Amino acid sequence: MVKVDGSNGQSGLIQVRDLDKRYRRGGEEIHVLQGLNLDVSAGEFVAFMGPSGSGKTTLLNLLGGLDVPTRGSITVADDEITHMSSGKLTEWRARHVGFIFQMYNLIPVLTAFQNVELPLLLTKLSKTERRAHVETALSIVGLSDRMNHFPRQLSGGQEQRVTIARAIVSDPTFLLCDEPTGDLDRKSADEVMALLEELVASHHKTVLMVTHDPLVAARAQTTLHLDKGVLVEGSKLPHSIPAGGVA
Amino acid sequence: MKFARIVWANLFRKKIRLLLTIGSFAVALFLFVFLAVVRDAFNRGADVAGADRLVIINRTSIINPIPLKYRDQILRIPGVKVITHNNWFGGTYIEEKNFFPQFVIDPENQRQVFPELIVPDDQWNAFVKDRVGAIAGAQLAERFHWKIGDRIPIKTTLYGGGAWEFNLDGIYHGKRPQDDETQFWFQWDYFEERVPESFKGQIGWYILRVDNPDDAPRIAKSIDELFMNSPNETKTETESAFAAGWVKQFGNIQTLILSIGTVVFFTLLLVTGNTMAISVRERTSELAVFKAIGYSDRAVLFFVLAEALTIAIIGGGLGILLALLAIPGLGKALSGLLPSIVLAPPMLLFGIAVAIITGFLSGILPGLGAMRLRVVNAMRRV
Repeated sequence: MVKVDGSNGQSGLIQVRDLDKRYRRGGEEIHVLQGLNLDVSAGEFVAFMGPSGSGKTTLLNLLGGLDVPTRGSITVADDEITHMSSGKLTEWRARHVGFIFQMYNLIPVLTAFQNVELPLLLTKLSKTERRAHVETALSIVGLSDRMNHFPRQLSGGQEQRVTIARAIVSDPTFLLCDEPTGDLDRKSADEVMALLEELVASHHKTVLMVTHDPLVAARAQTTLHLDKGVLVEGSKLPHSIPAGGVA
Repeated sequence: MKFARIVWANLFRKKIRLLLTIGSFAVALFLFVFLAVVRDAFNRGADVAGADRLVIINRTSIINPIPLKYRDQILRIPGVKVITHNNWFGGTYIEEKNFFPQFVIDPENQRQVFPELIVPDDQWNAFVKDRVGAIAGAQLAERFHWKIGDRIPIKTTLYGGGAWEFNLDGIYHGKRPQDDETQFWFQWDYFEERVPESFKGQIGWYILRVDNPDDAPRIAKSIDELFMNSPNETKTETESAFAAGWVKQFGNIQTLILSIGTVVFFTLLLVTGNTMAISVRERTSELAVFKAIGYSDRAVLFFVLAEALTIAIIGGGLGILLALLAIPGLGKALSGLLPSIVLAPPMLLFGIAVAIITGFLSGILPGLGAMRLRVVNAMRRV
């Protein structure tokens, strides 16, 4: 259940309360997020929409522990992350967050397998265990036959699927997607969205996604709109838009 | 070790740049080691000096002689174990360019005073019996392809001038790598016999060994007091102090070598540092991804430092290998122009230390920059 009014009490996977974020640019203070509340339950697929500069990416960065709020709190699975030190936040990200970026951000000198393995190098898993996890993640995204390819040998859609495999390989608490289809053609975008839907439906992942594209947002269970730093619940779109609907 | 693959893969991101950086590192390190070896050659006198040896020269200057008759008086000073004397001959072999140090020696005590310079007994005995005999250092003999039994003509403009001929009766070797093997020795008796009357009974300097090195200052003082106010006052000092004083005459050369070495070091630092800075700047977004997925600031610093150190170790290793291969040849080519140059193990360790320090310094600033990188800012730059 997604709520934006802070009325969900202490239940839910992600709880955001009175979240403020201000920047100073030059002499001017920019109030990006203003008193934002949000509750997301486990297994939800939430899309954030809004015009440029509305604070979508800032919200995603705060939820992912990449940035710290000016005021307010974020609690994920009972961990209050807003007061964690930088080192603790880094450890927390490694355990709980899977990132999917618009530009894929794969390491070009590493193969698909090695890219997906990166988060696991921080764990105590043995080489054999790591291999098993990576192979599973790559098979979920349908790239078992591309594991020894370098990013330059893959299409944009395949690169994004490798990024998704990297995001899920360590079985994080939730996935954060920043314009995951922003650099893809419609067909590839549709494949990526179908994959995210499957991760939610079959693997019970929680996905929070920022997008400009209403058709992509429509694939999520819930769409929330950010406008001038304020979060408003959007109309719930039908969940099962046909794959061709984003074409 | 599981992170080594990441470091290795990043190194080969730009192969030509890597090759050029490693190449410049290797050449610079070779040059650095070579300069260090040359500097060491100038300083070696102090290193090879015996702790129990004293050198006595004329207080006016080393080119002024001292009477031979001082020897017995010096020997009577308590604590003096053995004494010998040398003269500088200043000749050349066949051509002017074939210059090397020739010393007139006192065969009776030379080996007791310089036990580190080894002459086989049979060769030494032949030399002692041969009035015109000579002993050459191993490097000198190799330089001119001399062998025992050869007749060696030495021309000099001192001591009445002319060509003196010697029979090569022996070849000496140093016990340690730093021992000078470029000297040529011949007998005092032959010298004394041939020099004009005004030079007779005059030696260049005395070298003596004392029973206890702790007594050296007292003995030196006693010797100089003994000949105070005589026509030939003496100046006695430890062999290392004497050698250090000798090196001071090359003060400008030493400064020059140090200056060039410093410039080479900083150039090397700037080249490698620039490469690392460019490399880090090029992958700002990748480093941000590492941090986003849970790699700590220290891990990112480690990656950058490991890359810089790997370049340094490979480039440095090649530079040292180059030095190992080239310095013996350069030493031969420069023989006579420079003191003999030897690539001793401490020089190799020094080269490795310079390589590691340079690698660390060139990586630390870009590494700290990468460490301080904020993921949000870095992603915004993409």
